[in-house]
Amino acid sequence: MPTVEDYVARIEETCGEEKGVIVTFKYAKKDDAIAKIRNKAQLKNSLSGIIFEFAFRGISFRVFSSGKAIFKGIKGKEAMHDILAALLL
Amino acid sequence: MIEAIKDFYENHNANVHRAVHTLSQEATELHENAREKIARFVNAKDSAEIVFTRGTTEAINLVAYSWGLRNLEKGDEVLVSLMEHHSNIVPWELISKINGFAIKYAKVNNDGTLNYEDFESKFSSKTKIACLSHVSNVSGVINDVKRIAKVAHEHRALMLVDGAQSVPHMHVDVRDLDMDFLAFSGHKMLGPTGIGVLYGKKKLFEKMEPFQGGGEMIREVAFSQRREQCAITWNDLPWKFEAGTPNVCGGIALMEAVKYLEQIGMAEILKHEKLLTEYAVKRMQECSKVTLHGPSELSSKCGIIPFTVEGLSSHDVALFFDTYGIMIRSGFHCAQPLHQVFKLQSSARASFYIYNTREEIDRFIEVLKEIEQV
Repeated sequence: MPTVEDYVARIEETCGEEKGVIVTFKYAKKDDAIAKIRNKAQLKNSLSGIIFEFAFRGISFRVFSSGKAIFKGIKGKEAMHDILAALLL
Repeated sequence: MIEAIKDFYENHNANVHRAVHTLSQEATELHENAREKIARFVNAKDSAEIVFTRGTTEAINLVAYSWGLRNLEKGDEVLVSLMEHHSNIVPWELISKINGFAIKYAKVNNDGTLNYEDFESKFSSKTKIACLSHVSNVSGVINDVKRIAKVAHEHRALMLVDGAQSVPHMHVDVRDLDMDFLAFSGHKMLGPTGIGVLYGKKKLFEKMEPFQGGGEMIREVAFSQRREQCAITWNDLPWKFEAGTPNVCGGIALMEAVKYLEQIGMAEILKHEKLLTEYAVKRMQECSKVTLHGPSELSSKCGIIPFTVEGLSSHDVALFFDTYGIMIRSGFHCAQPLHQVFKLQSSARASFYIYNTREEIDRFIEVLKEIEQV
């Protein structure tokens, strides 16, 4: 049974008043994770195949081809974990 | 520097000041040579004025706890600027909760420069120490610490300088600038992480109590069975402030970094950074969605450029650059009060050192122009 931890290396809350959460996907799993996200979330915009802007359950977020994603308006790591579970599993 | 680390662990790895065996003696000699070298680098009178720490943060905490905790009391004031890194704010706030002294914050102008009039007007007979960064880690503004030290000393107050962003980039002479304490870090000057320095005037260090207890910092720990008491005497300077096994290799590696910097010349390093900063600022002004923060007068700043991109958070900007292998900081840079002055939620920060080139700045601008299209 796959888990969020199979895909995610780190979840970090950003500093700055526009609070966000940065998710770093495991290097070996990043393409897999991005593919899963593309299947489940609505792609709003993409730039040069490097940045993908998505919407999912009223949350907007950006995924970078380097394997990192930044989510806005998430209340803490637990809430982030739940969103990731819905996106990746 | 990397070769020095390798050589230490392959050929001289031992604890210092502990043993009579050859390896320990070699390690001790290298470690103390490093202290001598660093003392000369900042023009300290004596290597006993150089204490190795984990970094700038620990160095400032050492002063706060060893000097501040014992010399500050209710009614006293500590003067700090609003442009400080959290490491030059939080230690003072922590011990003020214990001792009840007040902290006065000196204003910063809207362009990030120090408001000297406000800083100087806040000195009084209650002021016991003034704490100021030599160079702001957010805006790159170079502060006239000699001017503030003079005013501090006229009020019989001490002067602590956070040199984390100045010592790596320019010649810093502790005697010329008349600092009482100077803190800096190895990892910002081509040295390894986990090593830093606190310079302090010997006469002040002599009066101060140790920061942490353990081996190395004591001369004698003698237990009297009859009185059931332990009598402890402290080691000489600077070892009184270096409890436990020090980062021996870190100090040696920092010495190598200092030798390398001196070989290039600190004046050359500053000149190179200023040229890069001027060029980068000029090119960044081509970008209509980019706002630069900090002073427009570039002669008073080092190679640090804080900026924001319209419609994007600083973290988005940093992640975009990261995709292209360009590493910049984003967020508060551990200086939230200065961001409040700038009325910014956060900022992205481009910074340069001796290894950066104009070509890298051109590449940075190319990517920045792509970011503007997001």
